Amino acid sequence: MGDGAAAAHAIGFCCAAQSRSGFAVVMKRPSSIRIGAGAGFSGDRIDPAVDLAVRGNLDYLVFECLAERTIALAQREKLKNADAGYDPYLEERLSAVLKPCVQSGVRIISNMGAAHPIAAARKTAEIAAGLGLRGLKVAAVHGDDVLALVKARDGAVQDEEGVLNGLGERLLSANAYLGHEPIVEALRGGADVVITGRVADPSLFLAPLVHEFDWAGDDWDRLGRGTLVGHLLECAGQVSGGYFADPGFKDVERLAELGFPIAEVTKDGAAEISKIEGTGGLISRATCVEQMLYELHDPGAYYTPDVIADFSGARFDDAGKDRVSLSGAGGARRPDALKVSVGYADGWVSDGQISYAGAGALERGQLALDVVRERIKRLGDEVLESRFDLIGVNAVSRAAPEAAWSGSEVRARIAARTKSAAAAQRVNREVEALYTNGPAGGGGVATSAQQTIAIASVFIERAAVKPALHWEVVT
Amino acid sequence: MKLREIAHARTGDKGDTSNIAIIAFNRDDYEHLRAEVTSERISKHLGHILRGEVVRYEMPELGALNFVLHRALAGGVTRSLALDAHGKCLSSCVLGMEIPARAQNETKPKVAALRRAKR
Repeated sequence: MGDGAAAAHAIGFCCAAQSRSGFAVVMKRPSSIRIGAGAGFSGDRIDPAVDLAVRGNLDYLVFECLAERTIALAQREKLKNADAGYDPYLEERLSAVLKPCVQSGVRIISNMGAAHPIAAARKTAEIAAGLGLRGLKVAAVHGDDVLALVKARDGAVQDEEGVLNGLGERLLSANAYLGHEPIVEALRGGADVVITGRVADPSLFLAPLVHEFDWAGDDWDRLGRGTLVGHLLECAGQVSGGYFADPGFKDVERLAELGFPIAEVTKDGAAEISKIEGTGGLISRATCVEQMLYELHDPGAYYTPDVIADFSGARFDDAGKDRVSLSGAGGARRPDALKVSVGYADGWVSDGQISYAGAGALERGQLALDVVRERIKRLGDEVLESRFDLIGVNAVSRAAPEAAWSGSEVRARIAARTKSAAAAQRVNREVEALYTNGPAGGGGVATSAQQTIAIASVFIERAAVKPALHWEVVT
Repeated sequence: MKLREIAHARTGDKGDTSNIAIIAFNRDDYEHLRAEVTSERISKHLGHILRGEVVRYEMPELGALNFVLHRALAGGVTRSLALDAHGKCLSSCVLGMEIPARAQNETKPKVAALRRAKR
């Protein structure tokens, strides 16, 4: 830990203390800020985040928990229960990290609000009250829900044929990707915890940088650099050795004890990516370059609501064990329109599987697929689409079975999209019926059926979206 | 030799579009990668899966190529019936691709790769 880190930590603590006591203190701008990534998706591990809160010497801890279709699922929960609609792990996660964060002066930013950031903020305040964290300020960022607006406009759907109203009653949710600005406003208002709904993932990390360093809204190069930091950290363990290990080629030490990453960022947007000493995992030039290119298309034009970031000149240098320095990114003027993620009901999907092993396993697995293919023809147009895989042979690569197989067991898989739950269950029952009616020696049937929430994208002009804040103060 | 001897890879998904980044372990191998791992080769290697065009972005400073594969994910993670709906396995499928070895000193890059990864 360098001196710079310690100084930044002290100032981070000062921020939190200031917000809880309510004194207006004129702050000296810090020379660097330490941000930790506490989650890369909703179901992520919680213990590495607690470790970061306790030992990370952080100023901010960010939890990115909102996948593309999570809001649509949460929206359905909200319709059933007005107090629901936020991340299902919010209570477990915040119960574990709130106290250590407050004790260490670490402010929390997360999109765990999902479809209902206000309810999430209330729940957060309730948890904090239970922990005795009096004076804690929680801000909810809302206004990303633009369902009524996009319904009224009937915009064209990107990458697919048709317009939104073609979806009719199947349309469940529409959320605009907000940028860093409302989060910065919450931090300026003294929030110890900021809970959002749909926000571009890197903006969750860019916001504290803009706030602490007072970056201008049109300082495109710095915003681009901060966006790269956010992009590297938004999947948490994916930059610190997760999604990377390939034994003999890319070895990672103690993967089961993977430490989550920390970025120490300077006022100019240069950064060092590291993790807590002694945790498992790996941070190297290779892990950082892989993660920069993750979900990236044109390296010169990465679109967010904040900036069109340019990663084409990014440079990574090893700066010690599990420490990589980062420089060279830039940016250009932000896009005029905001992306809106639209969730809609898209039928049901069945998934039924059965195993065959030993001599002739491939042939029997193939026969099982043929039997179910024939049987589900009887469901007529209830089955919209189907897929027949041999897991271990061609389920991923789609190569022809004979060319691809050299194993001793296969798992036949039949997946179908159907109009109704009943039809999905009928397909699954055909897989289960292979036990007594199918090829010899079929075992281990497993089936599942679930409603599908599909996602499409539309664009909306920025001025039409009105982010707003809701406050909860723990008493 | 297989591509994995000299490069590592990462797959990401956005809607029905997959991206596969191929990164040289040793930057000296970048030109070799650039010459051998073309959009055409990737299209052919993943021919069973792809339904759209493949666009390649070159990043010589990082020793990396980024392939953007349109309509490659059977409708994308929210719609696809595929077992691996994200297409997360695709990077490993590509690393299994056979490419000609560089003319000089074939084994050196792998040793360098191991050393780099183990730091």
